[in-house]
Amino acid sequence: MTADIVLDVRGLKTVFHAVDGAWPAVDGVDFTVARGEILGLVGESGSGKSVTGFSLVQLIDPPGEIVAGQVLFGGTDLRAASEDELRRLRGDRIAMIFQDPLMTLNPVLSVGEQMTEAILEHRRCSRADALAQAAAALARVGISSPEARLKQYPHEFSGGMRQRVAIATALLNDPALIIADEPTTALDVTIQAQILYQVQKLSRETGAAVIWITHDLAVVAELADRVAVMYAGRIVEIGAADVVLDRPRHPYTLGLLNSSAAMVEPGARLHQIDGVAPRIDSRPSGCPFRPRCTRSLAVCADVDPPPQAQDGRTLRCHNPVPA
Amino acid sequence: MTAPLFELRGVAKYFRGKTTLAERILALAGRRQPPATLRAVDGVDLTVAKGEVLGLVGESGCGKSTLARIATGILAPTAGEVFYQGRAVAGLRGRDRLDYLLKVQMIFQDPYASLDPRMRVSRIVGEALAVHKLLPRREIDGAVDRALREVGLDLAYRDRYPHQFSGGQRQRIGIARALAVKPDFLVCDEPVSALDVSIQAQVINLFMDVRARHGLTYLFVSHDLGLVRHISDRVAIMYLGRIVEIGPAASVFADPAHPYSAALIKAIPSAARRKAGFEPLQGELPSPLAPPPGCPFHPRCDHAMPACREIRPELAEIAPGRSAACHLHTAPKVA
Ligand SMILES: Nc1ncnc2c1ncn2[C@@H]1O[C@H](COP(=O)(O)OP(=O)(O)OP(=O)(O)O)[C@@H](O)[C@H]1O
Ligand SMILES: Nc1ncnc2c1ncn2[C@@H]1O[C@H](COP(=O)(O)OP(=O)(O)OP(=O)(O)O)[C@@H](O)[C@H]1O
Ligand code: SF4
Ligand SMILES: [Mg+2]
Ligand SMILES: [Mg+2]
Repeated sequence: MTADIVLDVRGLKTVFHAVDGAWPAVDGVDFTVARGEILGLVGESGSGKSVTGFSLVQLIDPPGEIVAGQVLFGGTDLRAASEDELRRLRGDRIAMIFQDPLMTLNPVLSVGEQMTEAILEHRRCSRADALAQAAAALARVGISSPEARLKQYPHEFSGGMRQRVAIATALLNDPALIIADEPTTALDVTIQAQILYQVQKLSRETGAAVIWITHDLAVVAELADRVAVMYAGRIVEIGAADVVLDRPRHPYTLGLLNSSAAMVEPGARLHQIDGVAPRIDSRPSGCPFRPRCTRSLAVCADVDPPPQAQDGRTLRCHNPVPA
Repeated sequence: MTAPLFELRGVAKYFRGKTTLAERILALAGRRQPPATLRAVDGVDLTVAKGEVLGLVGESGCGKSTLARIATGILAPTAGEVFYQGRAVAGLRGRDRLDYLLKVQMIFQDPYASLDPRMRVSRIVGEALAVHKLLPRREIDGAVDRALREVGLDLAYRDRYPHQFSGGQRQRIGIARALAVKPDFLVCDEPVSALDVSIQAQVINLFMDVRARHGLTYLFVSHDLGLVRHISDRVAIMYLGRIVEIGPAASVFADPAHPYSAALIKAIPSAARRKAGFEPLQGELPSPLAPPPGCPFHPRCDHAMPACREIRPELAEIAPGRSAACHLHTAPKVA
C-alpha cells in the first residue's frame, strides 16, 4: 500500500436484524481511496451504497449492526474508535454530504452562524476570522456575494445553492475524506454540472479523497478516477474509471453500461437487463446476479465468486466477459 | 402535413404564488403586498402529429408537468385553447368529453402514488372499463388479462396490491391501466425517473413496443436528455413556462439553435466530458415569480445582447420544421 491511501476498508459487513434473521446489506466490502482521488460508488437502489457510507463513519443504528471488517483511516480502525474520537473526526477530517442538504444545514441558524460554528468547534480562531473563512468557502463553490449570503437562512436559497452551501460547509476544515451520498440526484442537469465541476476542482486543489455515491453511471463516468460497482451488498467490479467503464468485465457492469440510450441508435430497442435485483432477505445462493445473468455457469448457482484481481481491476465473477 | 392529433394554442396557466412566512408576517403588520402571480406555463403553442413522439425537456419548475396536466384535461388552462382531433376541448360535453378523457391517458412519474393502495391490480386496471361501462362486465376480466400480458406482468399477480410490487412493476401496472381503455395519445410525465437504470431500459422498451403495436402518439416529458433524444421524433425545450426551441430531435441535438438548448445538451454528464474538461453554465434558474425582463434566459446567456435585456424573443421559424425563441436568430445582430 502506498502512503497516499486515506481510507482502507477491509471485509466490511453490516447486517439488519429482523425477526426472521440478520440480513446483510453490506456483505464483505473491500476498497481503498487515495489522496486527491474520487471513487465513484454505483449500484441500483438497495444495493447497499448508503449503508456502506454510513458504516464507514460508524453511523449505523439498530436494527443495523456492523458485524465484521476494518475501516482504516490514517492508520486507526474507526470500528475500534471511541464515540468521542468519531465525533471529533466527523465534520473535521471526514465530511459527509447527503442528497438532502437540510440533513447538514440547520434551518433556524443563518448560513454564517452555522458555518462559523462548524469552524470554531474544531479550530481555535476569532469569530471574524471564521466568518472570513466561511465567505471564502462559499466563493469556492461558486456562490456570488458570499458576505451577503452568510446573513441568509437555508430556506432563502434555491435547491442547487443550498446543496452548494452544504458542500462548502462540509469542506470548511479541509477534510481528508469526503463521503457524498447522491448529492446531485435531486438537482437539474445544469446545476449538477456546476457542482460536479467544482467538486472535481476542489479535490484536485486540496487533495481530499472523495467517495461519491450515485446510481447514475454517467455522473461517475465524468467525475470519478476509480469506480466501484455494487450489487446485492458486494462490490462486483472495482478499478480505474477508464478500465471499468471502457472495458467492463463483470456481466452486471456491462449490462448497466449497455442499457444506456447512448449505446444504441435513436429509436432502437435498448439493451435491457431482465429481471429485478433481489431483496435483501431473499438473495439467491451462489452469485447474487445469477438469476439475471446471461453468462451464468453451473458453478454460479452454488459458489459465491470471491474477489479476484485480474486485468487491472478486482472482479467477482466465475465467467467474466472476455477481454 | 396532415392535421395534428393534438394542438395547444397560446396555452397559459397562472397560479397564485405561495406567500412565504416573512410575507405573511408583513401582511399581519399591515404591510400587505399584492399576491404574486406565478406563470407556470406562459403562452405555449405546439402540435403533435398522429403517431409521433414529442419529447418535452427542461429544468425543474419550468412547467412541464403543468403542461402535461393541461394536455390530459386534468387541469384547465388560464388562457389559450387545447384542440384534440381538431376540436376545442373546452367545448366538449358529455360523451365527447369522456371520449377525449379516455383517448388521452396520463402515465405518472411516481407509480406508487398514482395507484390506489387499497385496490387489487385487476381492479386498478379494469376500473375505467367498469365505471364508464365500456365493456360488458363479463368481458372486463379478459380485457384486464390482455392489458397485463401486454406489459409483461404475470397473470398470477392480478390479485395482489400495489405495495407488493417493485417500482418497475408498478410502472407496468400504470401502463396497463392506461392501455386498457384503448387510448390514442399517452402523456408520460417522467415515467422512468423514479426507476433504477437497469429497469428504465425495460420500461422504455415497453413504451416503444406498445407504440409500435398500437400506433400510439406520445408526449414524453423528462429531464433526461439522453432518453428524450432516444425516444422522440421531435423535441421541445422549455424554460420558465415557455418553449424556447422545438424541432426534429436529431437536428436539435446535433445543432441546437437556442443557447439554453446548447447548454442543456452540453450539461449531459458523460465520460467524454471528463476527458475534454468543460466550463459549466453559470447561474441559477430564476424564480418564475419574478422572471427576468426581455429574454428570460439572458442572465445566464453568453450571447446576450442589449436587445435581450429588453425585448422578449418570440418563438419563430428558423428553418423548415424548426423554431427557436432567440434574438440571435430573429433579430439582426447589433454591430
Ligand atoms: N434501517 C434499515 N432497516 C432495515 N433494512 C435497511 C435499513 N436501511 C437499509 N436497509 C436495507 O439495506 C439494503 C441496502 O440499503 P441502502 O440504503 O444502502 O441502499 P442504496 O444502495 O443506498 O439504495 P438507494 O439507491 O435506493 O439509496 C436495502 O436492501 C435496505 O432494504
Ligand atoms: N398547484 C399549484 N399551485 C401553485 N404553483 C404551482 C402549482 N403547480 C405547479 N406550480 C408551480 O408552477 C411551476 C411549474 O411547475 P411544474 O410542476 O409544471 O414544473 P416541472 O417542469 O414539471 O418541474 P419538475 O421537473 O420539478 O417536475 C413551478 O414553479 C411550481 O412551483
Ligand atoms: S458469477 Fe456467474 S452468474 Fe455471477 S455474474 Fe459471473 S457469470 Fe454471471
Ligand atoms: Mg442510498
Ligand atoms: Mg414535473
